[in-house]
Amino acid sequence: MTALWNEIPRHGKWLTALLLLVFIAAPLVVDRYLLSVLVLVLYFAYLGQAWNLLMGFAGQLSLGHALYLGLGAYTATTLWLLFGIGPWIGVFVAIAVAAAAGLIVGWLGWRFGVEGVYFALLTIAFAEFTRIGFDHLGLTGASGGLFLPVSPTAHDWWNLNGGVHLFYYVALILAIAATLLAAWLRQSPLGYRWLAVREDPEAAQAVGINVFRVRMIAMLISAGMTAVGGVFYGFYYRNLFPSQIFDISRSIELILGPIIGGLGTIFGPIVGAIILTPVGESLTTFMQSSGLNVPGAKSIFYGIILMIIISLRPSGVWPWLAKHLRLDRPKS
Amino acid sequence: MTAITLNIIVQGLLTGLVYGLMALGLSVIFGVMRVVNFAHGEFAVVAMYAAFILFERLHLDPLISLLPIAVAFFILGYGLQRTLINPFIGRAEHEQFILLVGLATVVINVLLIAFGPDARPVNLSYSFDSYDVGPLIIDKVRVFAALAALAVSAALFLFFRYTRTGTAIRACADNLTGAAVVGLNVKQLYAVTFGIGFVCIGAAGALMETIADASPSLGPSYTLMAFVIVIIGGLGSMAGALVGGVLIGVSEALAGFFIQPSMKSMFSFALLILVLILRPQGLMGRRL
Repeated sequence: MTALWNEIPRHGKWLTALLLLVFIAAPLVVDRYLLSVLVLVLYFAYLGQAWNLLMGFAGQLSLGHALYLGLGAYTATTLWLLFGIGPWIGVFVAIAVAAAAGLIVGWLGWRFGVEGVYFALLTIAFAEFTRIGFDHLGLTGASGGLFLPVSPTAHDWWNLNGGVHLFYYVALILAIAATLLAAWLRQSPLGYRWLAVREDPEAAQAVGINVFRVRMIAMLISAGMTAVGGVFYGFYYRNLFPSQIFDISRSIELILGPIIGGLGTIFGPIVGAIILTPVGESLTTFMQSSGLNVPGAKSIFYGIILMIIISLRPSGVWPWLAKHLRLDRPKS
Repeated sequence: MTAITLNIIVQGLLTGLVYGLMALGLSVIFGVMRVVNFAHGEFAVVAMYAAFILFERLHLDPLISLLPIAVAFFILGYGLQRTLINPFIGRAEHEQFILLVGLATVVINVLLIAFGPDARPVNLSYSFDSYDVGPLIIDKVRVFAALAALAVSAALFLFFRYTRTGTAIRACADNLTGAAVVGLNVKQLYAVTFGIGFVCIGAAGALMETIADASPSLGPSYTLMAFVIVIIGGLGSMAGALVGGVLIGVSEALAGFFIQPSMKSMFSFALLILVLILRPQGLMGRRL
């Protein structure tokens, strides 16, 4: 990782430090609404890093990450509600459950040669299957939803119960940790194996890389990380509905950031989240202030923006931005 | 008991043929261009609304308005391919995915603004009529819709089998380089293929409007259903799409009756997972 840090040009280091400082100091300056937007930015940056490990590094398209998000959220909240086990312990159970689910999806898919579009559709199928299952699971309140008691004044960080500031810093730590993990994995031997498998699975196999195993490791890490995001979601919003947390739109929104930002890059997921979340939020604000407040109008603009970005910058915004800021790594 | 079961199977089979026609469009588009149309169900809902409007304004039976809708959808599909989709041919799957998800979002929300979230049914004079065949009671609308779906599918099959354009499109699907070498206008043929895929959507949507009520929220679920059917049947196989449609139609009808209506698509997804594991190329697909 130090090698990677050393490769960043001098002004890049300053920019990184500045960005970090802005995010650390932001709660002192901005109001509660803006802070809640920043929580979402960090949340999507975190989830984007998790998904990017599987797609950007290992080259496997998952369109069903809502599965791990939902399993993580439901595991931790259920443990807390039914058995009084706090989120800081429950999160490890959540990671284990989601990783087990990832193991099943990956094993069933890759063992039987299900790849590309077919694998992506398999991941959707598992997420949808689980969504309908949870819709009928009495233990977690079925389709009626699961609710955690709300007390906005409490400052009970041990039970992840508190104001937006608490969740802001938790999300910030998650996003930073995920970015560091991604950067470390990227230059580790495992990271290079991922890239080899992504570029050409057959050639990777030929040089002795266990393709199945390497992909599976990416899946387990990605699913486990996504589950942590799910725990965050559960305790932040304090209500869970299978039709929301397991919905395909969850899977889609969490992959938009890394794709728009730049697949397979370290900063792509962050840049994507910084672009997309405020765009969505300011569209809402604009719609309300302009009197054009029709349900759906925001989504139309959102759809159009997605189509424009993917048409003009198919490899993402970050590679382009890095080039213009002269941050791209020198060719060695 | 057996009579009821048989009845449900027949109803599911008839609905399944319409599902199959919808999935056929997806299969044709993917089979030829390797583009997964993630906006498939959304456009099917557009066709449902078109059938609804033509019925409300002109009192056209969806079985008749199916024809103008199919023609309009051919033009729509042709135009979409020429402008929006064509630059994405051969690009990475996730890029196509984002483009079409964006398109699907736009389509479904335009419908939401134009028509609101309420379901829009078409009340035909024979909506509640049925045929009594021995112990079976079969809805008239379902019989008509299934027959029409079969007719459209048969027409498409003949088109691909016997016309020059159809043969040329199959050539593009089999060997793109070869097709370009012998001088086929691939760009043009791709646009025609997309148009034909949209004919399936338009016709299936119009027929669906006689069995189900149009509502924007149906879009994503129809997209998913079309995927499930096509993968079960085998991507690129025309007969497979119909067989998959019938399988899903029957399994949904049975699960909806014997277990719970809200759990019916769980069985479709379970079926999909099974097929992907045991026979990833689909029931009637060629070896991957």
